[in-house]
Amino acid sequence: MDNLKQIKHLYSRAGFGLRFEDMQSFANLSVKDAVKNLLDAVDDPVAAIATDTDYTPAMKADVAARKMFMQQQRQEEKDLNIAWMDKMMNTHAVLQEKMTLFWHNHFACRSNKAFFAQQLNNIHRANALGSFRTMLFQVAEAPAMLQFLNNQQNVKNHPNENFAREVMELFTIGRGTYTENDIKESARAFTGYGFNKDGEFLVRRLVHDDGQKTFMGKTGNFTGEDILNMLLERKETAHFISNKLYKYLVNEVPDAVHVNAMADVFYDADYEIKPLLEYIFTAGWFYNDKNSGNMIKSPVEFLVGLSRQFYITYDKPEILLQFQKVLGQVLFYPPNVAGWPGGRNWIDSSSLMYRLKIPSTLLDGGLIDFSGKADPEDEAYLATVRNQAQFVSTRVQSNANWDKVLNGIPKDASNAAIAGFMLEPKLNNVILNRVNGAGDTKAMMIELVSTPEYQLC
Amino acid sequence: MDRRHFLKNTALASGALMIPAFLKPFEALAKSDLTGYKNLVIIQLSGGNDGLNTIVPYGNDIYYQKRSTIAINQNDVVKLNDIQGLNPALSALKEIYDQGWMSIINSVGYPNPDRSHFRSMDIWQTASDSNQFLTTGWIGRYLDSNCQTCSKPYAAIEVDDTLSLAMKGAKMKGIAVQDPNKLYQTTREPFFKDLVHDHSVDNLSEDNLGYLYKTMIETYSSAEYIQNTSKTYMVKGEYPATQLGNQLKTVSKFINSGLQTRIYYVSLSGFDTHVRQQDQQARQLKIYGDAVAAFVKDLKQSGKLDDTLVMTFSEFGRRVEQNASNGTDHGTANNILIYGGKLTKAGFYNEAPNLSQLDNGDLKYQIDFRDVYATLLDKWLDINNGQILTKSFAGLNFV
Repeated sequence: MDNLKQIKHLYSRAGFGLRFEDMQSFANLSVKDAVKNLLDAVDDPVAAIATDTDYTPAMKADVAARKMFMQQQRQEEKDLNIAWMDKMMNTHAVLQEKMTLFWHNHFACRSNKAFFAQQLNNIHRANALGSFRTMLFQVAEAPAMLQFLNNQQNVKNHPNENFAREVMELFTIGRGTYTENDIKESARAFTGYGFNKDGEFLVRRLVHDDGQKTFMGKTGNFTGEDILNMLLERKETAHFISNKLYKYLVNEVPDAVHVNAMADVFYDADYEIKPLLEYIFTAGWFYNDKNSGNMIKSPVEFLVGLSRQFYITYDKPEILLQFQKVLGQVLFYPPNVAGWPGGRNWIDSSSLMYRLKIPSTLLDGGLIDFSGKADPEDEAYLATVRNQAQFVSTRVQSNANWDKVLNGIPKDASNAAIAGFMLEPKLNNVILNRVNGAGDTKAMMIELVSTPEYQLC
Repeated sequence: MDRRHFLKNTALASGALMIPAFLKPFEALAKSDLTGYKNLVIIQLSGGNDGLNTIVPYGNDIYYQKRSTIAINQNDVVKLNDIQGLNPALSALKEIYDQGWMSIINSVGYPNPDRSHFRSMDIWQTASDSNQFLTTGWIGRYLDSNCQTCSKPYAAIEVDDTLSLAMKGAKMKGIAVQDPNKLYQTTREPFFKDLVHDHSVDNLSEDNLGYLYKTMIETYSSAEYIQNTSKTYMVKGEYPATQLGNQLKTVSKFINSGLQTRIYYVSLSGFDTHVRQQDQQARQLKIYGDAVAAFVKDLKQSGKLDDTLVMTFSEFGRRVEQNASNGTDHGTANNILIYGGKLTKAGFYNEAPNLSQLDNGDLKYQIDFRDVYATLLDKWLDINNGQILTKSFAGLNFV
């Protein structure tokens, strides 16, 4: 790989792809400097939802009030979703957002309170490149997660094991490393961990079980914090996270040697994320051919990358939610606590078709006439809406900045070079023949992003 | 570059696609091939349908005690036996029931039930245990098994814009088709056709790019097959002008034209009735009952009812006691409704739900939903259920 190809690969994995305008300035950057730039960039929290509205009174009030509450709740969820999409599409701190998306999926959570969801999202963002240890402790105290995993119901003498189970199975150490008894005992350590009506974390002492627990071979009056510390002490946790991260940034099929090396770096750095990322992005194997152009973009990566590449703005940003829906990834709505399975799970006949057609719709003012299925959580709202079979036929109303796009392309670039820049996999003959005979650059570019190749990064 | 042609047609339509010319045109099936081809139609009621106000236990006093304002009056219930009857909004199904084309399985659920919509729906669609996370659906795994009847890419069709998890396997996935004609019309992009022409399923690589092209090519061929096979068949039955009515009409068209599809999937939303349940649920049940009755009668008329089995489920039932807003909250066990021309046990499959022995206010399940799936797999789809489900289930005797 030459230097530009390496930088392009780096940005397709550590960010959402490279724009033409970046090509000139980045081509001369060393990989080391580019990685440093990525690691140093930081952006502000998302601040779409200003206040934590208490809807409890509305829920107990009459039908009209309840309906209004549900509408307001949905509006807040929409606002939050769009605010994050907007952040990803416009930020300079692309690695921070890419990693926020990783943690969003790792600590998968749903909350019917957009304020709580935003808070958790900002925990992921603030620690995205920081300390996994700090993030884990903050996630464990976040109302959204405590509620989602039923820890409000986890009380002395009646432990609810959901939180303890998922912390081990999905957040830290992974299956096969603990026993059912470890779950039972650690659930006791988390009893009473909850939040008050202002959304502040607290340990309710009266329902906290402060008796002796035996966890992973040790006995003591363990608290929830003790349990998390003991989990972090186990190297399997560093390995579990490294393995997942490898599948997110490098290859869906983990290479045991590379993952072990990553786990060493991560563990030795006491779970600091930056050294781990730096290790990955500067490793020779990261730039091997077999690790490039072969990962299927998630729907959000696809939409964000496309929007960034063409500087697309949306007059009606709600359309982005509709796209997320039909492509199978709505932010803040993971399918379950295990997150989106990813990879080939993103692709079926209809989602692939939407992916092939969305670019020309966005870039050339097209119409859409699909609605997608409602999320199961929308059912309560749908039940109250009389005319629910809303068939959507909408003008997308998106604006690509073509002048900027075309001006960014180096004057001497051949069509094949443009195609090679836009698509990560090697180009096949059909594409090469078409671009070589293409007269209109704009039309050619629309075709290039309407290919199976464009689904890969 | 054929810009004009490509860009002109930027409307995004459901389903989609484009057919490579090298693929063999579908050879018309001989008449004898068309009979005996067994179909399974799944109707999902999303939101957690209240089973107790669907199949009403009007003969049980506890029902009226627990639901003082939302119970269905005894006089209004369409009585089926001494204890249970239909919600009046389902009166169209009375005739179906009387003909012996309907079977009601009470108290279906699973151990340690989850009351969250999306988690419980996940469990029903993947057929997992309640503490297990599977990334493939049970129908998807049936497609993956590559059995004789399910190797075709159109072996499972969801009449919808998008594909449900239930239909997604690790290797094979069903296809989402809302409108076969629109699907076919939007297949004619010259650019896409060129892309597909250069590839054939046989020489594709095993990597993700190969997988993407394979999906594209199979979608083309399926779109052509579905359109060519079904376009000339005119559905004879009368269907209500609702979305579900239209979807089942499409399924009828597919079945009657001899499409070699084994499984059809449709869903109806709007059953999460926390508030003012009676009106809302009646509205949805009427849509459901009228469409299903039309569908069953249509298939009877065309001689396909004996080869068709319809299953209706919802992700959970609702609590036995009503809430303070004249609605019901999320519950657990629920009924499953089965329709078909060859039921071995029509009518009520088992006893009415026990309303006096509850689990913390919820019905206790008597039948695991995977025993229902196992029955469909073993006896209707001709595949050993243990291959598809996480373990082997004994199954039931409704078919």
